[in-house]
Amino acid sequence: MTVYLVRRLIQALFVVLAMSVIVFVGVFAIGDPVEILISPDADQIERERAVQALGLDLPLWHQYLVFLGNALQGDLGRSFVFNEPALKLILQRMPATLELAFGAMFLSILIGLPLGLYAGLRPNAPASKAIMAGSILGFSLPTFWVGLMLIMVFAVQLGWLPSTGRGDTGALFGLQWSFLTVDGLAHMAMPALNLALFKISLVIRLTRAGVRETMLMDYVKFARAKGLSPARVTFVHVFKNILIPVVTVVGLELGSTIAFSVVTESVFAWPGMGKLIIDSINVLDRPVIVAYLMIIVLMFITINLIVDLTYSMLDPRVRLETKGT
Amino acid sequence: MSDATVNGAAPPAPRKDKVETPFQRFVSEFAESKIAVGGLIVFTAIALVAIFAPWIAPQDPYDLAQLDIMDGRQEPGTTGGAGFTFWLGTDDQGRDMMSGIMYGLRISLMVGAGSALIACVVGASLGLLAAYAGKKTDTVIMRLVDLQLSFPSILVALMILAFLGKGIMNVVIALVIVEWAYYARTVRGTALVERRREYIEAAQCLALPTYRILFRHLLPNCLPPLIVVATMQVARAIALEATLSFLGLGVPITEPSLGLLIANGYEYMLSGKYWISFYPGIALLITIVSINLVGDQLRDVLNPRLKK
Repeated sequence: MTVYLVRRLIQALFVVLAMSVIVFVGVFAIGDPVEILISPDADQIERERAVQALGLDLPLWHQYLVFLGNALQGDLGRSFVFNEPALKLILQRMPATLELAFGAMFLSILIGLPLGLYAGLRPNAPASKAIMAGSILGFSLPTFWVGLMLIMVFAVQLGWLPSTGRGDTGALFGLQWSFLTVDGLAHMAMPALNLALFKISLVIRLTRAGVRETMLMDYVKFARAKGLSPARVTFVHVFKNILIPVVTVVGLELGSTIAFSVVTESVFAWPGMGKLIIDSINVLDRPVIVAYLMIIVLMFITINLIVDLTYSMLDPRVRLETKGT
Repeated sequence: MSDATVNGAAPPAPRKDKVETPFQRFVSEFAESKIAVGGLIVFTAIALVAIFAPWIAPQDPYDLAQLDIMDGRQEPGTTGGAGFTFWLGTDDQGRDMMSGIMYGLRISLMVGAGSALIACVVGASLGLLAAYAGKKTDTVIMRLVDLQLSFPSILVALMILAFLGKGIMNVVIALVIVEWAYYARTVRGTALVERRREYIEAAQCLALPTYRILFRHLLPNCLPPLIVVATMQVARAIALEATLSFLGLGVPITEPSLGLLIANGYEYMLSGKYWISFYPGIALLITIVSINLVGDQLRDVLNPRLKK
């Protein structure tokens, strides 16, 4: 196990390093930031001074080493636009994104689980067929368009919910959170639902499949034969057993929820990391792009590492397989 | 299924001595699902509209001479200065939305199908190579696939477009890079089984060149799952392209796809002018759903495990 752990950690480290090269070279291959950041009226001397201040006169490999050295000290460069450390900018926006992502995952379980349970228990009922058709739609509908339609219906036509922004926030652990105030929750409702849409469909399908499988198990038949009430069989014997895989999958989806919040945040002008990266790409704010990509890559590698390690602990076959190669 | 008797009995000709070709069997099995046939018909109609847009659209949305700014933001059903009715309204430039959608479909389908096709060729070739060569080649290619699939598609696409910038070609490149891994994994899975069959051994004994064994013997037998994946990936590519264009990272403003049309209507929606965003979205939705319906049925028909 220790050998596997060490191997896997070294592997993850190599992936981080490789990604840092890809991201750095990729981002620094686009356009010349000098052209964007320095006014065309600037004379030669002003230009050169700016180039030196930004460290853009060094060869690319040297720039990369400087970048890597600084990155290890937690310095991912200063934003060209905000003139603030890129890392700080992103960390400032991170609570908003995390809040949205967790809100979406909470909603996906809250809505998806009961619907999936119903569809699994009564697979032939018209309502179940409607639920399943709805889940197909949930997979097919483009997220951003659904977001627009939500705004159109609930913000413009009905006027129930605010269309954009984060609303009032309350402080917790020294950070600002929207879910602590009523106004913040009202602002969060639509974006969270929008982001949850895909996951709801996923949870419905997983739950339904799980219920249909579990219902055929001997222990369910036995519980029924014992004369337990259908409610008890469903909620204690069946429900408990399908909860584990469903929660696992939803947990695994955390990473992709954070990645897809880029779209939702842009639709609802939610001031999170996703909106920041889109804005930064549009103005070619390289340090922020690099910092965002590095942080998100690190996040994914960590999530994948945790998943792999948990699986290898649960399933010895995974360990043996990697030993073979 | 009672559908089979309704759809499958098109020619009630003598059936007992007729030998069904595999293709005929495939067609009749596909037709067992009315929904899938409906999806196919709808998709064909959409594709025809997209192909013939310049001839059937009431207006050329890019010909500035045909646009009248006075017709801007008209509601659906109003008749404009040029004398024809804007059934789906107009955008802020006075463009007929229906024509805009027809031209937008062209770009969306072109980018979606084009990138799926290129990704299919690249991914299938690498997948075949990985399965046939094995050892180091296999490890390298599959590690790459694993690495890439561990990141969500939108993130990979975002990263590549952050490197390359906007443009139709760049979107296609980004989509190809996002998608090739799915094809590679699918083909490798099938090819690993097929390469142990006798016909491959026979081909090897005949000392056929490797590329011939790969593409003439191995590939045709890996086609069924590849077709299913390709169908689904076209829908995914169209959706992803629309998302990227909506975010302002996709196609340029001069060649608006459906995603960009939706983005253009965003600011007007808050003032109640819903049609600029609504109808392109409906067109996008119908396209994606119809492709997915066809793909779903293809998966059932082509899956050897479900063969009766």
